Amino acid sequence: MVMNKFSEQRLKEIDNVISRFPDGKQKSALLPVLHMAQEDFGGWLSVETMDYVASLLNILPIEVYEVATFYSMYNLKPVGKYVFEVCQTGPCMTRGSESIIQYIEEKLGIKAGETTSDGLFTLKTVECLAACGYAPMMQMGKSYKEHLTKEKVDSIIEECRNHAAKNN
Amino acid sequence: MARKLLLEKIGIEGIRYYDAYRKSGGYASVEKVLKTMSPDDVTNEVKKSGLRGRGGAGFPTGMKWGFLAKPQGVPRYLICNADESEPGTFKDRYLMEHIPHLLIEGLIVSSYAVGSNCTYIYIRGEFGWIVDILEQAIAEAKNNGWLGKNILGSGFDCEIYVHPGAGAYICGEETALLESLEGKRGNPRIKPPFPALKGLYDCPTVVNNVETLSAVVPIINYGSEEYAKIGIGKSAGTKLISACGNISKPGVYEIEMNISVEEFIYSDEYCGGIANGRRLKACVPGGSSVPILPANLLLKTAKGETRMMTYESLSDGGFITGSMLGSGGFIVYDEDQCIVRNTYSFSRFYRHESCGQCSPCREGTGWMKKILWNIETGKGKIKDIDLLFSIQSKIEGNTICPFGDAASWPVAAAIRHFRDEFEWHVTNAEEAQRRNYGLAGYAEPLKVAAS
Repeated sequence: MVMNKFSEQRLKEIDNVISRFPDGKQKSALLPVLHMAQEDFGGWLSVETMDYVASLLNILPIEVYEVATFYSMYNLKPVGKYVFEVCQTGPCMTRGSESIIQYIEEKLGIKAGETTSDGLFTLKTVECLAACGYAPMMQMGKSYKEHLTKEKVDSIIEECRNHAAKNN
Repeated sequence: MARKLLLEKIGIEGIRYYDAYRKSGGYASVEKVLKTMSPDDVTNEVKKSGLRGRGGAGFPTGMKWGFLAKPQGVPRYLICNADESEPGTFKDRYLMEHIPHLLIEGLIVSSYAVGSNCTYIYIRGEFGWIVDILEQAIAEAKNNGWLGKNILGSGFDCEIYVHPGAGAYICGEETALLESLEGKRGNPRIKPPFPALKGLYDCPTVVNNVETLSAVVPIINYGSEEYAKIGIGKSAGTKLISACGNISKPGVYEIEMNISVEEFIYSDEYCGGIANGRRLKACVPGGSSVPILPANLLLKTAKGETRMMTYESLSDGGFITGSMLGSGGFIVYDEDQCIVRNTYSFSRFYRHESCGQCSPCREGTGWMKKILWNIETGKGKIKDIDLLFSIQSKIEGNTICPFGDAASWPVAAAIRHFRDEFEWHVTNAEEAQRRNYGLAGYAEPLKVAAS
């Protein structure tokens, strides 16, 4: 297996993040660097990736594992190309998030927590994303999809499929 | 129209960017403090304004700054808490997305006041696109001489950095935030020592919410006296309320803290009433952690007085008949909502977000979630309701950080005010799977005892 490595450009970005903290406090850069690793290395953090991040920040692998397992945004197993993270907390629930989750499950033929067999979609249920006034909603990558309806879900899935077909 | 201080300029085209912001008078407060005021002058202005922490606790901001230790040769840090995660709350996000320079301006003034040359905005990781907006605003401010070395020739240096979290509600607790910023799990620290003495890297640190730091700008621009005139008593100034749930117009509203809860819900200037002609059943007025109130205790206090949108009035009656203004996350429930299911949803949230350090919280949140699910799905027993109340009472006050309280209060209040709905779920298990309990008597006027 070929070991994942950051590009030169990314390594510069990482140096820039480290420079924001006092000397010897490079561990502070861990969360941002893990975000970059997840983005660059297939949407999740393998043990190899975490060990690599540890070596870059000159900290112990266990210091990376304990952080990666604590925060919900880090995926510790492979995910689909498009990850739907639908908020299920109270305010979204009062505006119909449960039926949106059910609809996506039926449409994609998977349960929350699963990935479609073509590797395109992962559905996750998540807790409050601070979008309660625009409920129901989900996060997809770096953006929020708000005021969800079944029609809107249809068009998001369609867009993803088109995007995947073009970028194959 | 109510007076706007934070959202005053929100309608100006291009206000997200430096040019429009500057043209409309932006960064005037930085000029004012760096040229005419000492750091202590700024702190005193904030003290006199009566500004209280807008993140939820409502602690006086100027006083918090005053506690900061200032040993020679040790750096001090200002941290902006942008880890907005309290269910029902989405106001900080609104400010940062639409008028990011207001926060940057407030951060420069506040950094000057507390003596922070290196200031971090700790933002929840899910707000990825807002990180970009803030970084652009910071770069614009720096290019125009508002950040960096020797700002406006004053001798004051300041850098601001945006730091994303990675999905953990607990990091909104200030010591968990500091742990996270140090690259660790977000486990809250035992206090004392408080961050004012030992915070980031064991240095004196102040952590303030986005809205709090933004409010420093109008306080400096208009003066503390003007600011303190708005609102009622110790609820000075304006407050952002993020309104959601079953209302006609969900969104973020800036209110003067002198209007009634009824006006806020029913006026077209704000929520525009309950959606679809339904009736009001209940409300969580300050984010998921604060006690839920039935309609009859929401609009009027137990004494029969009009309930106002102030810290004092919303907490009138304590936790027996009152609630809290909290973060301003205002969640409204109509007659079709099930209080048991909603309480279960909140319990699931707290179960998911408990950091796991303290056993009462780690075990208790999971236990409460389980019992609530049983009641909701028709497998509950009457004694479960008392057990639930007992569990929450044993979490409250028995944990390192206030998360335990935050997980307990919604359960306690739901049982306190909606016990008959819980009992109905147990005694009419089958029917409860088909329909909701409805409004019942929750909007009927309370009999006020003659005192």
